Amino acid sequence: MAIVTYFRNFFLRNGLGLSIFLLALVSLWIVFMIVLPQLFMLDFSFRYNLPPAKIGGPEDVYTITNYAFLVFGSPGNPEPFNVVDLSVFFRTILAAVFVTLFDVAICYPIAYYLAQVAKGGVARLMVLSLIVPFWVNEILRAFAFRILFGATGIINTAGIALGLWDQPINFIGANIALYAGLGYAYILLMIFPIFNAIESLDHNQIEAARDLGAPWWRIHWRVVIPFAKPGITSGCTMVFMLSAGALAAPQILGGPSSLWFTQIIYQWFNTGGNWPRGSAYAIVLLIASIAFVLFMMRVFKVKLGEIGR
Amino acid sequence: MSAEVELENVWITFGDFAAVKDACVTVRGGEFFSFLGPSGCGKTTLLRTISGFQDLSKGQVLIAGKNMAGIGPNLRPTALIFQNLALFPLMTVWENIAFSLEVRGASKTERRKRADELLDLIALQDQGDKMVHELSGGQRQRVAIARALAVEPEVLLLDEPLSALDLKLRQHMRSELRAIQQRVGITFIYITHDQGEALTMSDRVAVMREGVIEQVGDSTGIYDHPETAFVASFVGENNAFFGKVREVSDAVALVETDGGPIRAQLSGGAAAGALGAVDEAIVFVRPEAMDIVDADAGDATFDNRIAARIVQEEFEGNIRHLVLEGGTGKSIKMSLINKGRTLDHPIGSEVSVGFDANIAVVLPRGPLASD
Repeated sequence: MAIVTYFRNFFLRNGLGLSIFLLALVSLWIVFMIVLPQLFMLDFSFRYNLPPAKIGGPEDVYTITNYAFLVFGSPGNPEPFNVVDLSVFFRTILAAVFVTLFDVAICYPIAYYLAQVAKGGVARLMVLSLIVPFWVNEILRAFAFRILFGATGIINTAGIALGLWDQPINFIGANIALYAGLGYAYILLMIFPIFNAIESLDHNQIEAARDLGAPWWRIHWRVVIPFAKPGITSGCTMVFMLSAGALAAPQILGGPSSLWFTQIIYQWFNTGGNWPRGSAYAIVLLIASIAFVLFMMRVFKVKLGEIGR
Repeated sequence: MSAEVELENVWITFGDFAAVKDACVTVRGGEFFSFLGPSGCGKTTLLRTISGFQDLSKGQVLIAGKNMAGIGPNLRPTALIFQNLALFPLMTVWENIAFSLEVRGASKTERRKRADELLDLIALQDQGDKMVHELSGGQRQRVAIARALAVEPEVLLLDEPLSALDLKLRQHMRSELRAIQQRVGITFIYITHDQGEALTMSDRVAVMREGVIEQVGDSTGIYDHPETAFVASFVGENNAFFGKVREVSDAVALVETDGGPIRAQLSGGAAAGALGAVDEAIVFVRPEAMDIVDADAGDATFDNRIAARIVQEEFEGNIRHLVLEGGTGKSIKMSLINKGRTLDHPIGSEVSVGFDANIAVVLPRGPLASD
C-alpha cells in the first residue's frame, strides 16, 4: 500500500500540526475551487432551464435534453443533426490540435537552444524576452495582436513598404491572426516543460552521438526527443486544454467564420440565458479534452507522473 | 586499421589562458599511448582537440598523415569514450552499441549481428537486451568501448574511463583494456591522472604539466629516467633532496643537499651541459631504492649513506613505509618489501640509509608535483 506509506512518511517528516495544516489547505482548494464547482455544473447540465419560480417544483427533474440539443438540435431542426453546433465543436478541437502542433514546432527548437546551446548572457536575454510580455494581461495581449494584424497594423505596413504585397491583407478575416494569437498565448507553457526536460539531458550524450557520426536530425530524433518526451507531452496537454477552452482570443481576434465552441457556451450563459444548456456544452468540452489528452498519453507511452514533473 | 596521430606545434588558447602550449608528439599506429598529468594540465583539452570537439589556435593535428583542420568529430576516423560514458539511457545495450550502424542506415539484422559480435568481444554475450541502467559500472564501461569500436575507428580516445570505478575493478579493467587494444590492434590514446594506470597499460607515456608536455617515453624511461623535476616527483613516490652541484665528472654529479652530500646520476635529458657546478639542483631517490645499512657493514657498501632516525612506520600489507629524519632534519621516505619478517629496527632507532649513485637522479631545480 504505497499511498499509505507515503502519507505516513509525510506526517513523520513534517510533524502532525504542519501536516494537517498543509493537507487541509490543499483539500480545501481542490474541493471548493475545483471539485464542487464541477459537480454543480454537472448537476446543472441535467436540469431544465426553469425560471426561478419553478425551481424545486414538479417540473424540476433530471433530463438529458441539453445534451440531446447539442447532438440533434431543436425539435424543428430540418437536418438530422445539430450541424451548426457540432461542426463548431469539431472545428474547435481540430483547431486546438493544430495550435498545439504549431506550438511544439516553434517551442521545441527554442527550448533546445535555451537548454543546450545558449550561454549566460544570451540565455538570460532570451528568457527575459519570453517572460516579460506575459506580465501583460492575456486580453490586452489579444488586443495587441489585433492591432498588429489589422489593416493599418505594423505587419501590413511593413509588407506594403517592402513591396511584398500592395493591398492590406485581411489577417483577421482569414483567421491567421487568431491562430497566431492562440499560438503565442501559451508558448511559455510549452517552452518551459520542454526546457526542463532537455536541461537535464547530459550534453555528453549529444556529443557522443555526434562523435558516432549522427547528423543533427538523428541526434534529435533518437537521443533528445525521447528524453524530452514527458516535457513535450506536458506542454501539449496544457496548450491543447487551454486552446480548446480559450475565449478571449477567439472573441477578439476571430474573423466572422471562426466561431469557437467556447463562444457558443458563452452565448448560452449570457445572451441565451440558458445555464443548464451552457453547462452541458461545457461538460462535453471538458470530457472531449480529457479523452484527447488520455489518448495522447497512451499513444506516446507517457505516464501521468512524468507529466507532473 | 590503425592510424598514426601527429601533433605539430599545437597551441590551444582561451582568451589569455593557454591550455596547451606547443605540443609536439607523434603517436604511432597501433600504440597504446597515455597522456598523464594532474587535473588542469590540459590533457582533456588536447583529447577533445584530437577528436574534433575543440578547435586549436595554432599548429596542426594530423591523423594518418591527413590534416584534420575543419573536419568535424563525426567525420574523423576517431571515436571518443567520455569520462561519464554518455551511454544512451533510453536505448537497450545492443541498440547503444549498434548506434553508429543505425546512423549509416544498416538493416536491423546487420546491426544486431554486429552488436552480438562486439558483445562477444567484451564478454557480455547475453546482456544485449538489457537497459543501460541495469548494468554494473564495469559492464557499462565495456559497453561504451564496444559502442566506440562499432564505428571501426582508427584511433580510440579514452577520457579517464576508469576514474569512477573502485580499486579492484580498476585493476581488472586495466588488463581488460590492454587486452582489447591488442586484440583489435588500433591506436589507443588514453588520458589519466593515475600514473599506475598509465605505466601498466601503455606502450609510451607523455607527462604533462600546465599545458606543456614535459617528457615522452616508455614506462621504464619515465619512471627510472625522469627528465624534469616535475616528472620525477609526479610519477610515483620520490624523495627530493634540494641542493647545489659541487662538481660534475662523467655522468655523475656530487651535490651538496639538505640531506648531506649525495652522488647522483645525471638523467638522460638533463645530461652533459645542462648542469654545471654551483647550479641549483634536486636529487631524486626512490623510497624503494634505498636500503637500511647494517651498522657493522663496511664504508664501501653504498656510494651514499645518510644517518637517520626512524620516526614513523606505515604497514600497507605488502610494503612497509618508513619515515625517517636525517641528521639535518630532512624527512626521508623509505619503502621496504614485507618479506615476512618483522622490522629489525624499531621506531626511534638510529640507522644508516644507503643507496648507490646510479639509483639517484639529479635534475635542474624546477616545480614539483606537490607545488
